[in-house]
Amino acid sequence: MAELLGSSSVRSGRASFCLRVVGFVLLLVFAAAASASRDISNGTSKEPNPAREEDPHHRSNTTHHKKAFPVLSFNYEHVRTPFEISLWILLALLMKLGFHIIPRLSHVVPESCLLIFVGLLVGGIIKAIGEKPPILDSTLFFLYLLPPIILDAGYFLPIRPFTENLGTILVFAVVGTLWNAFFIGGMMYAVCQIEGTGLGGVDLLSCLLFGAIISAVDPVAVLAMFEEIHINELLHILVFGESLLNDAVTVVLYHLFEEFAHIGTVTVADAFLGVVCFFVVSLGGILVGAIYGILGAFTSRFTSHTRVIEPLFVFLYSYMAYLSAEVFHLSGIMSLIACGVMMRPYVEANISHKSYTTIKYFLKMWSSVSETLIFIFLGVSTVAGPHSWNWTFVVLTVILCFVSRMLGVVGLTYIINKFRIVKLTKKEQFIVAYGGLRGAIAFSLGFLLTNDKMKDMFLTAIITVIFFTVFVQGMTIKPLVDLLAVKKKKESKRSINEEIHTQFLDHLLTGIEDVCGHYGHHHWKDKLNRFNKAYVKKWLIAGERSTEPQLISFYNKLEMKQAIMLVESGSAAKLPSTLSSVSMQNIQPRAQPRGRIIPRISKGREEEIRKLLRANLQKTRQRLRSYSRHDLMIDPFEDNMSEVRFRKQRVEMERRMSHYLTVPANRQEAPPVRKVYLADDGDSRAVSGRRATQPNLSSPDAVSLLDESSQRANQRSPDPPRRGPELQESQEEQDQLKLSRCLSDPGPNKDGDEDKNKGFIP
Amino acid sequence: MGASQTHSEHKFQDLVDKTGFSLEQIINLHKRFKQLSGNEDTISRENLDSIPALATNPIRKQIIEAFFDKRNQRQDEVGSFHEIGFEQFLMVMSHFRPPTLKTTEEEREVMRREKLRFLFNMHDTDSDGTITLDEYRKVVEELLSKSGAIGLEAAKAIADAAMLEVASTNVPHMEPDEFYEGITFEHFEQILKGLEMESRMHIRFLDVNTTTMHCGK
Repeated sequence: MAELLGSSSVRSGRASFCLRVVGFVLLLVFAAAASASRDISNGTSKEPNPAREEDPHHRSNTTHHKKAFPVLSFNYEHVRTPFEISLWILLALLMKLGFHIIPRLSHVVPESCLLIFVGLLVGGIIKAIGEKPPILDSTLFFLYLLPPIILDAGYFLPIRPFTENLGTILVFAVVGTLWNAFFIGGMMYAVCQIEGTGLGGVDLLSCLLFGAIISAVDPVAVLAMFEEIHINELLHILVFGESLLNDAVTVVLYHLFEEFAHIGTVTVADAFLGVVCFFVVSLGGILVGAIYGILGAFTSRFTSHTRVIEPLFVFLYSYMAYLSAEVFHLSGIMSLIACGVMMRPYVEANISHKSYTTIKYFLKMWSSVSETLIFIFLGVSTVAGPHSWNWTFVVLTVILCFVSRMLGVVGLTYIINKFRIVKLTKKEQFIVAYGGLRGAIAFSLGFLLTNDKMKDMFLTAIITVIFFTVFVQGMTIKPLVDLLAVKKKKESKRSINEEIHTQFLDHLLTGIEDVCGHYGHHHWKDKLNRFNKAYVKKWLIAGERSTEPQLISFYNKLEMKQAIMLVESGSAAKLPSTLSSVSMQNIQPRAQPRGRIIPRISKGREEEIRKLLRANLQKTRQRLRSYSRHDLMIDPFEDNMSEVRFRKQRVEMERRMSHYLTVPANRQEAPPVRKVYLADDGDSRAVSGRRATQPNLSSPDAVSLLDESSQRANQRSPDPPRRGPELQESQEEQDQLKLSRCLSDPGPNKDGDEDKNKGFIP
Repeated sequence: MGASQTHSEHKFQDLVDKTGFSLEQIINLHKRFKQLSGNEDTISRENLDSIPALATNPIRKQIIEAFFDKRNQRQDEVGSFHEIGFEQFLMVMSHFRPPTLKTTEEEREVMRREKLRFLFNMHDTDSDGTITLDEYRKVVEELLSKSGAIGLEAAKAIADAAMLEVASTNVPHMEPDEFYEGITFEHFEQILKGLEMESRMHIRFLDVNTTTMHCGK
């Protein structure tokens, strides 16, 4: 009975907490609404809302008698714009936070749907107050909200699957989008000609323009959705790659039809020019991006003395690439992708570990904020915008989009499968077709339309399609994926064996191709790699890293990672039984002298690992010192019993600390940001919060253990000269000298340290 | 010409059934074989050695050895040939065929195992059924052989780390004095499970006659 009461009180505690959160959020919504309305009403003179206070000082005319010195004044105008922007962003982020507190909701409904819904709510509230809600401004969208998302996607694009499937992706992006545009446009026109629909005023070019806008798969929506379903790499890269590369087609079609919609006729010459324009737009965009990418890589070669600004170079060069492409009406998205892809391997070899982490976190943060804002604004704009609802048009659009996508994918796959080695199965085709979501790009493009007689109707239809795809398809794709038993993404990290064999396979397949006598895929890839190694890397990578073969860099990265994880897990002392007890002794042939049984790594790396260990041992020490005083109160009887156990554990721990190669336990760092993932190779949008949160504080076991080892250090017991215990001993001596330090983290190492080693720790 | 052509076509039909290639592919490969062997009936190691494009390949020796390895003929023999004929050449090539849409799950499993077996045989140079630490070290060394001094130092460390990983994943609990003899085929399969070999280890066998195009000889 008591338990029931207890549990119900816990639940009501949670419920009241949720209520409080919701209440606070609503308050914020009102504040945002009020500020938005204040914004509008300052422009147009509406009667003042009685809830608002008027500040007499604000309106005071110059009076003739002396005023008292204002102790407290109110000047909102001064900070209005940044204030409102921050308020909106804060609102968006709080919403995002709120969803993850309510677990059941976030499992069923994808986040994008919830955000649009919130946008609808906010828009509704603003409208209910009587003010005009803000609309998703196209300039704001294309210049500020979209680039971070695309840069994030492009920088962390998994290159290998992308290039392996490039042909397929291009066919889907170019031919598929063209098919969609013309099919939808044509069918719409045909229907509009039918009497009785009241749509006779829509001419062919307008229909085609509409088709062009609505046909493109949207990268933002696709990213948002696919991230949650963890589908296998092939499907992910197919849909996502298509959404990125179809930008060129969309840009060309949009401008083409918009131009001609004014003129009214299209000639063959114009169509030909359109095709030429397509090549110019796409290749030009890629070229611009590549140039900026190489510039960025080259710049990063010299940043070894000013590590702090390294991330800025990456961001700014990429943004400049985007803007430069937009100047010439080239494809900004392709430029941004090309820049990121081009820059990344060289920049990562040059920059420090902290810069790398900074870049990763900032990109994730910005893209996350952008995405949230986009979806919320979509919702608000839906409530705001002038709508012209025409049943036929809207319903037809939705149906046509779906049908044309299905037909397009199936038809194209039939052709593509003749050229692909690994064919696409029916299930995969279905997922590719079903995953073609439309999003904010379509909306913004529609918003940019200047010809207003059809604009409202088009906008309504576009919004409806977006809602349909995001809500219906977004919500149902997860159960469908499970139902169809589509292969999911494999969770495991790259092991050194896999890397070795990937490289081995590359060379093997190249060799077999050479024996066969034809210059295939692998032959050219091999040539490109050799060119890269011989010339490009020398120019773009600083120092000795330029000659480091890929296998070695991979191995070093892996070691660093394991060293970090091992140490930052607080204590290797907590040894779960699943951990392997294999060590180097088990592998080395017995005949070998027990000289140096620890595998060597280069001096520079060793230094870095040592520093890491030092820093983290310090940290652990500081944390544990506080506990150790506490522990003195432990029952001495208990102490005796666990002595033996602790000694055993300590021996094992030291063995582990002495070489950095053990397979760590399943604990991993769980950074609070949802999308961040510490693994290699651009697994950017991988696991969302499913990583086990790893307990930061050590258990009392670990406490006494390290206490033990400190005692041991004091005694200086003779141990075989192994590197680990030595390291530990010397550090512990140092630490004991610093006993009086405060208990918080010692703080980040100064950047001056980084200069000595040009390596980096991922 | 006519009689010998039908004779060789008849022979090719057997090979189609045995290896799974199509007739056009076999004809093309036969032309290539003739080109490599200098119109003889057999190829020796020197013939393969003299392919110029192979010169820059770090694992050239292993690739050439693989052609002459009896274990790759799927007949449970051990040892190596001195020279190989067209049928053996084709047998080795057939390891690199891709799966088709019609390949069932079991066939994929079989295919994967075959390809992994091929790789295993490449590493296990003394044919004892396990890849010892020395053999694995040699593999990594060869891979890094084109990278100079850095390569050689790191190769040992990398091979050791890889071996450790295999041991840890397959035999998690070993006493300090136990010894891990070498990677057996089962362990090898286990660690490379994630790579999905049947989708990766293949090349495109064209139906077009490629020997008329410029290629090394």
